[in-house]
Amino acid sequence: MQDFIESVVAQHGGQSTRLMMILRAIQDQYRHIPDAAIGTLAAVLGISRSQIIGVVEFYHFFHRTPRGQYDVLISDSITDRMRGKQELLAYLSEKLGVAVGSVRADGVVSLDNTSCTGLCDQGPAGLVNGLPLTYLDLARVDALCERINARTPLHEWPPEWFAVSDNVLKPGLLLASPISAGSAIQSGFGRGLSETLAEIDQSGLRGRGGAGFKTATKWRFCREEPETERFVVCNADEGEPGTFKDRVLLNSHADQVFEGMTVAAAIIGAQRGFLYLRGEYLFLQQKLLAILANRRQSNLLGANILGFGFDFDIEICLGAGAYICGEESALIESLEGRMGIPRNRPPYPVSSGYLGKPTVVNNVETFMAAAAIAVKGGDWFAAHGTEKSKGSKLLSICGDCARPGIYEYPFGTTVRAILADCGADDVLGVQIGGPSGTFISNQELNRTVAFEDLATGGSFIVFNNQRDIFKIVQNFSHFFAHESCGFCTPCRVGTALLKKQVDKIVDGHGSAGDVVALEEICSVVKNYSHCGLGQTAANPVLSTLQRYPERYQDKLKKISYEPGFDLDGALETARRMAQRSDAAAYLAQVGEDHD
Amino acid sequence: MTKTFTIDGQAIPFVDGQTIMDAALMAGVYIPHLCHHPEFTPHGSCKLCSVKVNGRICSACTFPASEGQDVVNNSTELNGDRKRITQMLFVEGNHFCPSCEKTGNCQLQAVAYYLNMLDNHFPFFFQTRQLDASHPDVWIDHNRCIFCTLCVRASQQHDGKDVFGIAGRGMNKHLIVNAESGQLKDTDLQPDDKAVQVCPTGAILIKRTGYQVPIGQRLYDHRQIDQVSLAASGSRPSAAFPPSLAVATEGGHHEP
Amino acid sequence: MSRKIRVATTSLAGCFGCHMSFLDIDERLIELAQVVAFDRSPLTDIEQCGPCDIGLIEGGVCNSENVHTLREFRKNCKILVAVGACAINGGLPALRNFIPLEECLAEAYLHGIGVENPQIPSDVELPLLLDKVYPLHEIVKCDYFLPGCPPSADVFWKFLTDLIAGREPQLPYALVHYD
Repeated sequence: MQDFIESVVAQHGGQSTRLMMILRAIQDQYRHIPDAAIGTLAAVLGISRSQIIGVVEFYHFFHRTPRGQYDVLISDSITDRMRGKQELLAYLSEKLGVAVGSVRADGVVSLDNTSCTGLCDQGPAGLVNGLPLTYLDLARVDALCERINARTPLHEWPPEWFAVSDNVLKPGLLLASPISAGSAIQSGFGRGLSETLAEIDQSGLRGRGGAGFKTATKWRFCREEPETERFVVCNADEGEPGTFKDRVLLNSHADQVFEGMTVAAAIIGAQRGFLYLRGEYLFLQQKLLAILANRRQSNLLGANILGFGFDFDIEICLGAGAYICGEESALIESLEGRMGIPRNRPPYPVSSGYLGKPTVVNNVETFMAAAAIAVKGGDWFAAHGTEKSKGSKLLSICGDCARPGIYEYPFGTTVRAILADCGADDVLGVQIGGPSGTFISNQELNRTVAFEDLATGGSFIVFNNQRDIFKIVQNFSHFFAHESCGFCTPCRVGTALLKKQVDKIVDGHGSAGDVVALEEICSVVKNYSHCGLGQTAANPVLSTLQRYPERYQDKLKKISYEPGFDLDGALETARRMAQRSDAAAYLAQVGEDHD
Repeated sequence: MTKTFTIDGQAIPFVDGQTIMDAALMAGVYIPHLCHHPEFTPHGSCKLCSVKVNGRICSACTFPASEGQDVVNNSTELNGDRKRITQMLFVEGNHFCPSCEKTGNCQLQAVAYYLNMLDNHFPFFFQTRQLDASHPDVWIDHNRCIFCTLCVRASQQHDGKDVFGIAGRGMNKHLIVNAESGQLKDTDLQPDDKAVQVCPTGAILIKRTGYQVPIGQRLYDHRQIDQVSLAASGSRPSAAFPPSLAVATEGGHHEP
Repeated sequence: MSRKIRVATTSLAGCFGCHMSFLDIDERLIELAQVVAFDRSPLTDIEQCGPCDIGLIEGGVCNSENVHTLREFRKNCKILVAVGACAINGGLPALRNFIPLEECLAEAYLHGIGVENPQIPSDVELPLLLDKVYPLHEIVKCDYFLPGCPPSADVFWKFLTDLIAGREPQLPYALVHYD
């Protein structure tokens, strides 16, 4: 083991900042991170055991006890659930003889849930040993179980099980006219870097992750920092449930994304860049590495790029199952080999980011757009969209619609028009921007996708009238509790309380004061949490409560209080051990005279 | 010319680089806090020190003071929400004060007293947590840990050791120690380490020192945490805060 | 003279320490008795709680009987007060919450040291244990909370005199203790 670990560490230059990649290699080898490996790593990397254990325990894809030879994770996104995920998971669990969340006694297979895998257009989806499984159904699950039980190696499984399609159904400004490799770098230097920054500014481009900070301003801040060692980071930790456009961009337009990073690096004066790729997109890694190698060969990366006297290169770092790493400062922490805990701000990454140096972090789509703007100019881009939201937006459309996939629209397009395109009718509402975004009802379909109205990083989940809003809210609330990093009290405890309180109401134990109690938790979580995760974790409740207050009230019993747990169930152990079945051995959930 | 900002209308002088908390403590204004300690790098995690800065909620312990800021600290709304956050800590861990040696000297309890917290408001989690009594002189009761990381920081920044760390995510977060066995006995921790002294709750306690001061005669039995905190940080005395009281220190304090 | 305020008290999974502390108001009991009449309470022989103004409950909820008693109080008392640490957070009895009930019962009645004739008691007269000891506010709605182990006599006095005088009860810093 010592030799293996030393060789892995050597491959990563002995750098503790590469801890995520090093742990990934160890996890692959041993199906967990053995205690002995932790000791060796600590010694070899010169970091503390607690840092390593912290990281291992923080990320969902790292484990301290062995997973099965086949580690099966089923995506628990709401869209997977809408396509029968729960029944499939139960079937899988029974068929494989392994409880959800555990490893089968023979060590062959382990089974668990995982947060959205970014395959909502082709779910129910999952991962086996990190690789995506799409379009799961009972027949495929049967065949899959057979192969697992026969211990057939993954490379002998039918390749179509792992097939991930782009599903680009409506290309627009960016997707319809990709640029050729090298053209943005040529244009950028040809025009002059300051002038190119001015073009980005002129384009009105705002960050595509959802927050919408003006890209040129961010780059300028970074460029003006006195510290000259600077970094460019591409945030491909696309974890917002329902989003998958970065998956498609990196699968089919990675050259243009890397080109955008390179232009950014030239403008801000960075020599190193990182693509932080969510662990769920492991299947893209080799392809991306090949593209990077190809770009080096073409002198689009490396030393003296295209003869402009500019050196820049890009490394890929894989995440390991932590939604929080989509938050830029948490992502940077992860890049440095630590738990993905958002930093205190200020300082912002533009002045103190990776290794405390000025760092620009942008979304995949932002770099894609920046590359196009570098070639075609700011006016070209600004001619599309609205006054405050220039250009186009890629939407990942999924849920109850006939044609889920990627759609690119100019900003300002109405939800109604989008629903018509994707074949959605009998619409109850749309979740825009994922669980952290907003739920809009079918009374608001004339609203528009734009920063000034409905901002979204790309997630667009359609629900029809057969759907129960409470099941949606419940799934989202569980998601946030699962993904809270645990740094601050209001989010760590608050999201767990929110989950409890939502469960109480949804499971029918709500009574008079329970919606007020729910609102109160929402308020503390939203107002006092450290970062965007906590600040938006109550949105599913708040946005549905605002639209359907009567549905919430209808869920409540007309009594003063009901316990939030199964009171009679709490007697079960004692009843069984005392072998009682008389009337006094049971409890009603509420007192008989309570009303 | 001294730079100032205001807290609840009172002018607070500051120098560049100071946080709102630093300046407030210097000026004798108490802002409730648990994870903050003036000697260590601010952490900003407990969120008890949340204040409104020009209308926006910020953590006073990490937010830089700047000229002209309008800070709201002692408002009914903020104290009400701080009480809720404190109650969250109480239901998350297992805080049975009557059987805890830290009672009366505990900052979690004292902040709760300060906020007039009479109940826990939320349902309990009753999570099972462990004890580590392996060390000859010090023990850890994980039931009482609030993840303030003061022990982590004190060990690194004051003791020149690296005994503690935090692992896990969300509600699975837990304190760990840097030893192959995972046990406190296999670390170089000593009872007089700052890391031991600084624990605001009864999570880290020194063995064989229990009940030397009877319950009812302890630090916060007679003095509010605002007075104790301001005294410890050497702030300028004010009318509400007689200098004669400026002897006690905050954190792991045992009354003589 | 207006009718006396009816007060009921009981101890669930508690030690009666809160009741003892209540009695520590000493001679003020006489003053209290001028305006208060006790309904169901260890201080009286009344077994069923009738309509009351105030119900004071110490102890957490550890078994089915506790649930019934608590509901009886909630039904009959206009104001229900959780008194003491155990009522508020389960207190010391809740230390068993970290051991599965199955193990607790097995240790006590089957495998523990000195157990003779090992068997789990089973009789319709015996209340069944809940899986955990719960604080009152997780079973019924509580109107007020008096922390302390026990709350001091002064806490009882301050709380009741406030309430009787029609004031919103307030506990000053010196009276707020969890130990």
